[in-house]
Amino acid sequence: MTNPTLVRWHVGRVIGRRYEADSAVRLELDVPTWPGNDAGSHLDLRLTAPDGYQASRSYSLASSGESTRVVLVVHEVPDGEVSPFLVHQLAEGDEVEIQGPLGRYFIWNPADPDRSPVQLIAGGSGVVPLFSMASAREGVEESADFRLLYSVRTPRDVLFADELGALSRTTVDIVHTRESPPRSVRPPGRLTRDGVAAFSFSASASPRTYICGPTAFVETIVEWLLELGHDPARIRTERFGGSN
Amino acid sequence: MGVINSGFGGRRGSSNPNLPPGQTLVDDWPVLTAGPTPAVEENDWSFTIRTEDGTKHRWNWTELLSVGVEDIVTDIHCVTHWSKLSMAWRGVSLDRLFEDVETSHDYAMVRSFGGYTTNLPLEDLLDGQAWIATEAQGSPLSAEHGGPARLLVPHLYFWKSAKWVRGMDMMPSDDPGFWEQNGYHLRGDPWREERYQ
Amino acid sequence: MTHVDGNALAGTFVEILGIEITEAIGRCRHCGSVYGLARTRAFITAMGAVMRCKDCDAVLAVIVQNPRATVVNLSGLSYITVPRR
Repeated sequence: MTNPTLVRWHVGRVIGRRYEADSAVRLELDVPTWPGNDAGSHLDLRLTAPDGYQASRSYSLASSGESTRVVLVVHEVPDGEVSPFLVHQLAEGDEVEIQGPLGRYFIWNPADPDRSPVQLIAGGSGVVPLFSMASAREGVEESADFRLLYSVRTPRDVLFADELGALSRTTVDIVHTRESPPRSVRPPGRLTRDGVAAFSFSASASPRTYICGPTAFVETIVEWLLELGHDPARIRTERFGGSN
Repeated sequence: MGVINSGFGGRRGSSNPNLPPGQTLVDDWPVLTAGPTPAVEENDWSFTIRTEDGTKHRWNWTELLSVGVEDIVTDIHCVTHWSKLSMAWRGVSLDRLFEDVETSHDYAMVRSFGGYTTNLPLEDLLDGQAWIATEAQGSPLSAEHGGPARLLVPHLYFWKSAKWVRGMDMMPSDDPGFWEQNGYHLRGDPWREERYQ
Repeated sequence: MTHVDGNALAGTFVEILGIEITEAIGRCRHCGSVYGLARTRAFITAMGAVMRCKDCDAVLAVIVQNPRATVVNLSGLSYITVPRR
């Protein structure tokens, strides 16, 4: 679906926005010229100030498919240049310029005949493209087994909490690193290699793995998976750096 | 296209007559980096000026400090539109380092640990315009800001103030360094908005 | 600030060069490593984007946006291959 000749700038209008977590907002855009996008892809969003100054940032898409409705999540970065505007000022009815869809590497296609299991591992806001994959899986009767391992700090940081709870075709494990939900049997704690092994397909199942999150998180997970015997050629990563 | 996002200002602050055109005052000190941050211990550090006849003038950390560290209060201007005014620095004046340097070349290629380069006319490096800076804002220069020592040439855009400086090679022509090879101005005077070629 | 991976430059590569970075394979001129450009390390700031080799850290490509033009420097890559469509 992501065809290079269709990657161009579009104008999107905000038709919905709501706080998804403490400092994160979910934006729903109506983009009439959107060609549709694969699960896992992203876009560049560009803001233009009245004097012509421009800044752009990349955001993963939570939505996929043919729809011209596009959903993304913006986390506010303290002292950021773009994210505070998007989180606090961009209102319903406002327009933004977006370029995309982008990405052919970190995507999952529901029509993929490969039935080997798919392992999704998310660190914080890295869950967004992985959520789009799990959502795409939800719409397909017969396909690969899906697991999502989602590492977050506190229950208030969980994105798409309701939708994740409703998924029937993806097994979701949420690991809270700083604070657990009330009545949780598991105390909070950082994800460990044993934790990853416990909540993911084993290397012998030869899964395809997608990991998304901050760079340090991604690199640590990759290291552990390799130690657990996973094939590096079947691991795909997307990293967030210190952008704002 | 043509969408204007009113209310979006980017990194904007109040306007100030001490600011060159197109600059905005900031309170923090942004870090912009083109690669991994080099980790250089003072023990391993040296600064070398090489001239056309092959002569090397070299200072290790102790030798550099012995030349004499002075206080500097100056404004810095980044080509990415932010400026800091009246910033406190400490460093060794390049005038002192060039005292015994003999060269007929008019330009220098500044080299850094990690491979960064930038070019400057000698004219911009002397007469109280440049230092090897070791401290900023009252503390030793942190690695992310170019420590243990960086070049400080505040009258030009700050990409010329090479972080992790390790030496200068005198050269006869104004050959472009890293950013200059990629479209940035050869000289970079903020008051003339010399940002790009 | 740390690096992101080469995917972050997908927009510029496709807009300016018509190359899908996620399908492109390149050779580092410095160390000879050959791999997908999506796996490079990208350092992106307001100065520009610097794409570095994941194996030797050499600069593969530099992209600078100025008001009149986009400067694309690919001199750190011996070549880029892109699958035929």
